[in-house]
Amino acid sequence: MSDKQYRHIGKSSDRVESLEKVTGQAIYTVDLELPGMLYAKCLYSPYARAEIISLDVSEAKALPGVKAVLIGDDIPYLVGIYMVDKRILARGIVRYQGEPVVAVAAIDEKTAELAVSKIKIEYKKLPSIQTLDEALEGKILVHEDINELEYCKGVFFPQPDSNIASWNKMIKGDIKKGFAEADIIVENVLTLPAVAHVPMETHVAIAQADTYTNKIKIWSSTQSPFAIRKLLAKALNISTADVQVIVPYVGGGFGGKAGIHLEPLVAVLSRACNGRPVKLIATREEEFNQLPTRAGMRGHVKTGVKRDGKITATEIYYDWDSGAYADYGVNVGKSATYSGAGAYEIPNIELHSRTLYTNKVFSTAYRGFGHLETHWVMERQMDMVAQKLGMDPYEFRMKNILRSGCHTISGELINENSGRPEDCLAAVAKEIGWTGYQSEEERKSNSKAGKLRGKGLACLQKAPAMPPHTSTSAIMQMDDDGNIRIMLGVVDIGQGANTVMAQIAAEVLDMPMEKVKVMWDNDTDHHPYDWSTVASKYTFMGGNAVKKCALNMLQQMKEMAAQVLRTSVEDLTHGDEYIYHIHHKQRRIKYKDLALGYAYESGNGIGGPLIAKGTYMANGLTFLDPVTGQGLPALDWTFGAHGVELEVDIETGDIEIIKIASAFDIGQAINRKLVEGQIMGGVLQGIGSAIIEGYKFSPEGRLMNPSFTDNKIPTAKDIPMEIVPILIENPQPDGPFGARGIGEHPMISVPSAIGNALYDALGINFYKLPLSPENVALAIERQQ
Amino acid sequence: MCENHNNKVNCFVHVDSGLQPVPLKCIVNGEQVCTYIDPTMTLLNFLRRELKLFGSKEGCGEGECGACTIIMNRVAVNSCIVLALEAMDANIITVEGLNISGKLSILQREFISHDALQCGFCTPGMLMSARALLDRNPDPDEKEIKEAIAGNFCRCTGYFPIITAITSAAKLEREEMKNE
Repeated sequence: MSDKQYRHIGKSSDRVESLEKVTGQAIYTVDLELPGMLYAKCLYSPYARAEIISLDVSEAKALPGVKAVLIGDDIPYLVGIYMVDKRILARGIVRYQGEPVVAVAAIDEKTAELAVSKIKIEYKKLPSIQTLDEALEGKILVHEDINELEYCKGVFFPQPDSNIASWNKMIKGDIKKGFAEADIIVENVLTLPAVAHVPMETHVAIAQADTYTNKIKIWSSTQSPFAIRKLLAKALNISTADVQVIVPYVGGGFGGKAGIHLEPLVAVLSRACNGRPVKLIATREEEFNQLPTRAGMRGHVKTGVKRDGKITATEIYYDWDSGAYADYGVNVGKSATYSGAGAYEIPNIELHSRTLYTNKVFSTAYRGFGHLETHWVMERQMDMVAQKLGMDPYEFRMKNILRSGCHTISGELINENSGRPEDCLAAVAKEIGWTGYQSEEERKSNSKAGKLRGKGLACLQKAPAMPPHTSTSAIMQMDDDGNIRIMLGVVDIGQGANTVMAQIAAEVLDMPMEKVKVMWDNDTDHHPYDWSTVASKYTFMGGNAVKKCALNMLQQMKEMAAQVLRTSVEDLTHGDEYIYHIHHKQRRIKYKDLALGYAYESGNGIGGPLIAKGTYMANGLTFLDPVTGQGLPALDWTFGAHGVELEVDIETGDIEIIKIASAFDIGQAINRKLVEGQIMGGVLQGIGSAIIEGYKFSPEGRLMNPSFTDNKIPTAKDIPMEIVPILIENPQPDGPFGARGIGEHPMISVPSAIGNALYDALGINFYKLPLSPENVALAIERQQ
Repeated sequence: MCENHNNKVNCFVHVDSGLQPVPLKCIVNGEQVCTYIDPTMTLLNFLRRELKLFGSKEGCGEGECGACTIIMNRVAVNSCIVLALEAMDANIITVEGLNISGKLSILQREFISHDALQCGFCTPGMLMSARALLDRNPDPDEKEIKEAIAGNFCRCTGYFPIITAITSAAKLEREEMKNE
């Protein structure tokens, strides 16, 4: 709680790479030029679903400067992280508008573009699946071969002869009994559209495939170098050791660069071009309509409550409009089962989460991993249940909130160190001056000049969505002058992982930050393993690995120093770059004198260069029961809450956010400035999802807004008047210095809190995102 | 088949605009540049591909996101929608020209200390919009700052630290002016 005892932990150190980033020296994948490099362009399907009748690439191939033209028939490989369902290029059938069909590699982008324009394809347009109901009806199958697809068994549950890529369930208690006990039952349906990640650097990948061996070298703007290595090796049937993935600076990820995307395509193109490096840069339009997005979702929720406000039962159906391929979408659907009912104790629950194939751009991980979506449903529902009960939604939440001694819906016991959502809710309620919903009279008296004010609350929770046996590792070396170099498997995509890890190492070793360097760029040939930079798990897992790594280095130094100082390791301690005797402090030796092994004046040497390792493996977690969903999936829960005060213009439907207070129980902030940066950035991204963003499709499944002109993100003019980040620090004993993750959480429940505040302002319940001026104004008009 | 070569596999003739190259003379980050360019080339591609100044980024190629912002004749422009030949005789400053004296400018320092960047991809453009603003208005209010960077998308920071950094840089620059 107090950061006074620490030298670096809790301090707002500048991010370690900021100099490169403010001087234009930071090199991203998009900036790389390699000798002999070729450029790729793709031709995309104009239809949501169509049969490829004929394909003529002869003119494109004949164009001077064109080095390779590939079609689906040339590449018989299937890829997929959980469901192996996707071809590198479409073959026989296209499943969404934007799906790549032909790829060209040429000496420059203009030549590649010209070649693409010369490709002739005849399609037979087919009826497509555009809505959740069509998908569930299953008259048309997006994947005719769904019964034969290879998939991760026991974790995902594709349904035969259907469009259900996975049907995951959570069953606890007896909902029949629970609903019978209820005094009131409240049922609602809420929806939200697909939303784009919008990293400022689009997806970019370069591959160089050695034609004499199986070796492939990839440079990619990715969050998951080790996952790419594994999945690419699997898809091409080569060894993991054959694939090297290098990650320069990454211009934003937000989940969209998790997993494997452009890498297999550039790899096969490079092979087809005799091993010349091939670079593919997604255009902004391709970023919207070819590369994956966040799924749209519909949540049907039914809650039973006692008069006193105690929840007795909940039944939920989450249906995910997940697009043409499963990618991470099925795993988003899975995490909705164990975390999809919010931070509340619910004795009887049945939760069904169905990830559905539709003929739209496919979905993947997105900051929050389904939680913004499920919390839009649940946290609006909490308010609507409170309304029916005639109860203050704050009191109603507090009555049901997870506390020490409660069990989560998957059966995990929450204890006093698990984090405290009630502290977060209380903090934001206090910060915005929450006193309950306004009465009709108050609403009238508070309205001025066609503007109404309202306040809203929402809670949130999230744990890393990852395999229960996820692991990570760190290696540390000391240079002759006492500088530390750390190699990690994480990708710092701007979240500040490398800065935080440097702080942890510097803290354990008690040395200045300037002398601790974390190595960029991430390179799977040189850096130790990490699963993937996703799930807000790296501060926790990587932090533990780096802490252990630094302790290992200290131990090595003490062992060497014990010989030099003629004492035992137990009698040694460390501080300020010295190992010294616990009593005779002048008996000491500087770290740097041990760096390469210790050399006596006589020339004798002992020890050797200092190289330390630290690993961390998630422990105590289990797979979920395939039938009931019960189990222990959560490494650490970060709980939080938002409180919003807003003003809505009843003529235009414009929402102005006056204040948003956001509290998270993060255990211990390692870097206060970076944590606040995550909160401010995440909250604004949440406001984007709440008010501005969303995919619009034509009835035939054409994406209508694949550009910044029609699919904007919040700008500096769209920010709230005030964001108040509140850090609650109830430490978690197995977190590094007590820390929990924070990366994704700030955007979760922002739309719900805004929706709830709109109810307070207008007395109207909103069920659909975005809460755009148009949608809000129309609802106000309908009410009048 | 290429007109000049019979061997299509080894043909290296670029299919460019097909137009005659045009001369371009301008000053970039204080240095005189004199060359011939394809008249259809954008200023951004000229800076990146010809001059190898990779600081300026392309985020959309349509002048919507501001990642490519540079200063041309004292005005912040989206270099992805400006033709390079429009820069004839122009004075251009890119992010690489901000620390021309060899040390970080106040603006850059304030971006670092207020953590006004995360992934860093929008940062060069953001800095150039801020620089152009402070050059024409050394004491901007919050509204003017928001206005100046409204065309620069940032997906990471939520803009608050950026606005704080610019406000703080303006103050420090004014103090420095006073002391000089």
